[in-house]
Amino acid sequence: MKIDLNTLTIQKAHEHLVKKDFSAVELAEAYLSEISKKNKDMNAYLEVYDDVKMQAEEADKKIASGKPTVLTGIPIALKDNILRKGNIASCASKILANYHATYDSTAVAKLKEQGVVFLGRTNMDEFAMGSSTQNSAYGVTKNPHDTSRVPGGSSGGAAASVAMNGALASLGTDTGGSVRQPASFCGLVGLKPTYGSISRHGIIAMGSSLDQIGPLTKTVTDNEILWKILQGKDRYDGTAIDENTYPKLPLKGKKKPIIGIPYSFMDQGIDKEVMKNFEESVKKLKSLGYEIEDISLPNIGYSLAVYYVLMPAEVSSNLARFDGVKYGLHAEGKNLIEDYLKTRAQGFGPETRRRVILGTYVLSAGYADAYYNKANQVKALLQSDFEKAYKKVDLVLTPTTPTPAFKIGEKTDDPVQMYLADIFTVTANIVGGPALSVPSGTSLVEGKKLPLGIQFTAPNGREDLLFSVGKEFLGE
Amino acid sequence: MISTQDIEKLAELARIELKEEEKVKLAKEIDGILGYIDQIKTAGSKDIARAKEPVRNIFREDKNPHESGTHTDALVAEFPRKEGNYLKVKKIL
Repeated sequence: MKIDLNTLTIQKAHEHLVKKDFSAVELAEAYLSEISKKNKDMNAYLEVYDDVKMQAEEADKKIASGKPTVLTGIPIALKDNILRKGNIASCASKILANYHATYDSTAVAKLKEQGVVFLGRTNMDEFAMGSSTQNSAYGVTKNPHDTSRVPGGSSGGAAASVAMNGALASLGTDTGGSVRQPASFCGLVGLKPTYGSISRHGIIAMGSSLDQIGPLTKTVTDNEILWKILQGKDRYDGTAIDENTYPKLPLKGKKKPIIGIPYSFMDQGIDKEVMKNFEESVKKLKSLGYEIEDISLPNIGYSLAVYYVLMPAEVSSNLARFDGVKYGLHAEGKNLIEDYLKTRAQGFGPETRRRVILGTYVLSAGYADAYYNKANQVKALLQSDFEKAYKKVDLVLTPTTPTPAFKIGEKTDDPVQMYLADIFTVTANIVGGPALSVPSGTSLVEGKKLPLGIQFTAPNGREDLLFSVGKEFLGE
Repeated sequence: MISTQDIEKLAELARIELKEEEKVKLAKEIDGILGYIDQIKTAGSKDIARAKEPVRNIFREDKNPHESGTHTDALVAEFPRKEGNYLKVKKIL
């Protein structure tokens, strides 16, 4: 049968594969053909793996043997900071341009077991630092909904690959919104799981206390399928948790979860169309029987400031390992110190340099108390704000982003303006709980329909609540 | 205000060589970012405890190593400079 990539989901593809309507090889070839048509313009993929057909043949064998899982033969794209043994993982940086992963990340190992077909590695902001993919050393990725605009970031290539029908789903990483914001800009579902839910073993670290892998998919059901396989404890990640780590508190709502909205945090800086769409989404949730409550999160206004202390601090220490000695780029100097200085100057792009320097500043003697230690205190305040809110409500709702996708080239000369794109998403990474962005419609801008998204946040370990409200909202 | 000398010192600590014009640009940008993040100084009181993370060490005991040579080829292949199976570095002292 003819494969209709537009309407295909993981669930549907699985059914077709099992019924032998098409083979895993045919499915992979359908995606490869779309990629070869579109990628030159979109720049979603940095590399298409050379063993795609071989992986698909293996998947077909698994299907023929009668032992497929729902993910067997499903074509998936990886963000360029997730290790797959033998393949390059460059973080879209020149410093790792020729670095070949020497082991599989836990996420990849788990998907391999399922017989997933990995299509390739996708573009991103260098070292996951950015909200637009414009910080890649390999050129910007375009938004398939309007090619004059960014796909969001940092997992912009991962989002664009799915939105352009170049993959059925993808894995990104989310340190301050890097899965949810591009999902919102590209009309997809994006999850930032509870901190520790998916092992970070084998992803290239940015901010270790904030980083999480998250799936980008066309439906909430697909997202749940991937999360269920990926989550769980891992002997290689001391922060990894399982579904029972956090107790599941009883629902506050009688029939359905109560949704809290921090309206006082949303009175400025939000695009009119985004706000209108948000109100329509709230109306829809009410008509589905959800109770809505205005809640107060007194310290939420500090979230982005806290993030821009903790994240660069962790960046500056995590990126110290890229010194040109054991792997990656090596630039020659007169002595070892000069080797370091030159390697890192040539290897890191401007945003990475900026954040390493900023992180070095907030950790330096005399400033660590005012910045790093203070930010950790405010983090505790934020966690306590949410704990209090979750005594009254079950979920927190905001728009995912204050604006729809912006133009390529916009905001590039003002870092603070760029950072504000993450104003609604960073809080979940600081507090730790899971957050899900779901498509909520479009905004017509200059004749193009630009996707918008809303974001649900839940207490630690309550991905189940996010999936159930998300499915109901999208009518799945 | 962050001066270009401050940026120079930070870049030295961070082991990144910077061009003069980038030092000036970074001083301005980092000033702007600090202007934004300075608001955390007005949050809460001084006495709040830091957030605690329930994390423990899961390193294995330092015994029963994997068979010598299992990962050698893959790791050595990534060395930027080598001599045989040795990683080559400049002298330190």
